[in-house]
Amino acid sequence: MNGILRIAFKLLVNDRGKFTALLVGITFAVFLMVMMTSMFAGILSRSSSTVTNIGAKMWVLDPAVNNVSSSIPMPDYVQDAVRSIDGVRYAVPLYSGGALIKLKNGVYQAVTVIGLDDASLFGRPELIEGKIEDIYAENGFIVVQDAEITKLGNPRIGTEFEINDHKGVVVGIAKANISGLFGIPTLYTTFNRAISYLPSTRFTASYILVEPKSKSDIPHIKQEVNKLGYQALTDDEFIQKISNFYKYQTGLGINVMLMTAISFIVGLSISGQTFYTFILENLEKFGALKAIGAKGHELVSMILFQAGFTAFLGYGLGVGLASLIIMSAKLRMPDYAAQITNLNLGIAFVMVLIIAGISSYIGIRRVIRIEPFDIFRG
Amino acid sequence: MASLAIKATNLAKWFGEGDARTMAVKSVSFEASFGELLYIVGPSGSGKTTLLSMISGILKPNSGTVLVEDRDIWMMESDELADFRLNKIGFVFQDYHLFPRLTTVENVAIPLILKKNDWNQSLKVASEYLKIVGLEQRAALPPVKLSGGEQQRVAIARAIASRPDILIFDEPTASLDGDTGRKILEFVREHILNETRCIIIVTHDSRIFEYAHRIIRMEDGRIIGEEHEK
Ligand SMILES: Nc1ncnc2c1ncn2[C@@H]1O[C@H](COP(=O)(O)OP(=O)(O)OP(=O)(O)O)[C@@H](O)[C@H]1O
Ligand SMILES: [Mg+2]
Repeated sequence: MNGILRIAFKLLVNDRGKFTALLVGITFAVFLMVMMTSMFAGILSRSSSTVTNIGAKMWVLDPAVNNVSSSIPMPDYVQDAVRSIDGVRYAVPLYSGGALIKLKNGVYQAVTVIGLDDASLFGRPELIEGKIEDIYAENGFIVVQDAEITKLGNPRIGTEFEINDHKGVVVGIAKANISGLFGIPTLYTTFNRAISYLPSTRFTASYILVEPKSKSDIPHIKQEVNKLGYQALTDDEFIQKISNFYKYQTGLGINVMLMTAISFIVGLSISGQTFYTFILENLEKFGALKAIGAKGHELVSMILFQAGFTAFLGYGLGVGLASLIIMSAKLRMPDYAAQITNLNLGIAFVMVLIIAGISSYIGIRRVIRIEPFDIFRG
Repeated sequence: MASLAIKATNLAKWFGEGDARTMAVKSVSFEASFGELLYIVGPSGSGKTTLLSMISGILKPNSGTVLVEDRDIWMMESDELADFRLNKIGFVFQDYHLFPRLTTVENVAIPLILKKNDWNQSLKVASEYLKIVGLEQRAALPPVKLSGGEQQRVAIARAIASRPDILIFDEPTASLDGDTGRKILEFVREHILNETRCIIIVTHDSRIFEYAHRIIRMEDGRIIGEEHEK
């Protein structure tokens, strides 16, 4: 290491009290920022779990739909119209809705029921136990083995339950991809069984899943669906639409942004102030260095190094702490939704850079202005 | 006749403007030679520190010139001037300005490190200088653990570690008792001063006047007299 930076390092680190305060400030701020944004990212990714899990390339929906579970059923002619659009390989209906089931022990449990197109079973889950064809068996339902399955009393193949005065039988166990947001189990069955067992409006298909012949057909399909008064979205667009709903229309996003901003301000004020006090306390020493013959840019590099070093260390500690907590929380609570994404890390990193930048700017301004003559006069 | 280290001509410095203007130094000229231990004495406020700062490249005079080894230092750019101070001048500040967070030997090494010497090499050289001032045992301690006289010697070791031609002391004994002050000056005159070095000391302390080769007396920003060693 460059000798001047090494001096800077020692001046900083040997001042235990201030160094600790600085680190705690930055670590805490980063920790909060990462926790906040990770929780939000987790919630967002779960809010569109059905879209990801079904895996259709395009979704046709009522334009007013902004999240998967509150779908608005579409009349049957829409499906026929979509089928006949040029560039559509096939289009099948999907049922998605909530239901209340009664377990053998008499307990009621809310579930999400997904009804797959009878002919194609498009969007079918991957099974761990049982065969997918058994979904056609009488009263057949497939249970998703996610964190929520315990709420059904850990059903096996053959477990029976009641759904809307109909009998239901577990015929298969499916692998979970992303769990849902609402903490309720998911059941798969056929589209026809879903609409006959569950109370439905006159219209029945919640969504129409579309497989385009090729990517280049997508714009045309969208246009044609628009003419019908409905909306066709690619899976990514649908996920985005759902995220935007949670971000901007539920208050959730604004609250998380506010909390992140507050963490940033708290971190900035703790670290900025401590760093400024540190600089003030060492001002005479910086002046003495200047008198001895240190150049302005050398003093600037010392301060940048001190601020940068603390910031990066604090960033590492904060991210580490957040990961640790999220990991251990996930071990204890399988439902815990937080998810650290590169974007979260990036946001926290930029915030830390800003904290370091502002702190060093204040310090540098003071140090550049000291007159060695004033140090000399004592 | 020893060669000329410093030649100051018609130096003047004032602070403030208009009615608030104070003339700290009024047209002062003097010379100092290598091998010489020169004192500048005078009452408080007479302009000693101001004069010292102008000849050492710390404070720009309002008029007059300072030649150090025939170079006009106030014609230099600020980085060049910093290099000049680093290479030619050693400072011993009145309140030492040692770094409490560094060890004693690291403090002494600072000018060497600023001169871009390798860290370990700088520490090695610094410990030799600590030895010269008799403090090699204290190398690893922080300076606050040392007595006032010892801290003064650390400051001297730091000032001489980069082997400057000119040493500048401002009130080196102000916070020391008489005995310690005399010991420091004895030490400076015997071990630090040599033919290629010029030492200028500003002081109030008449107890150490006996060590000077020459004393310049200042009053109210002017030189009012000069005495030579008997
Ligand atoms: N930055 C400044 N602003 C205004 N006046 C100043 C400044 N620096 C010095 N002076 C004035 O200049 C005069 C000379 O000051 P200087 O510090 O050189 O005196 P000194 O002889 O070193 O005194 P002392 O023995 O008390 O250290 C004093 O009147 C002082 O008040
Ligand atoms: Mg003075």
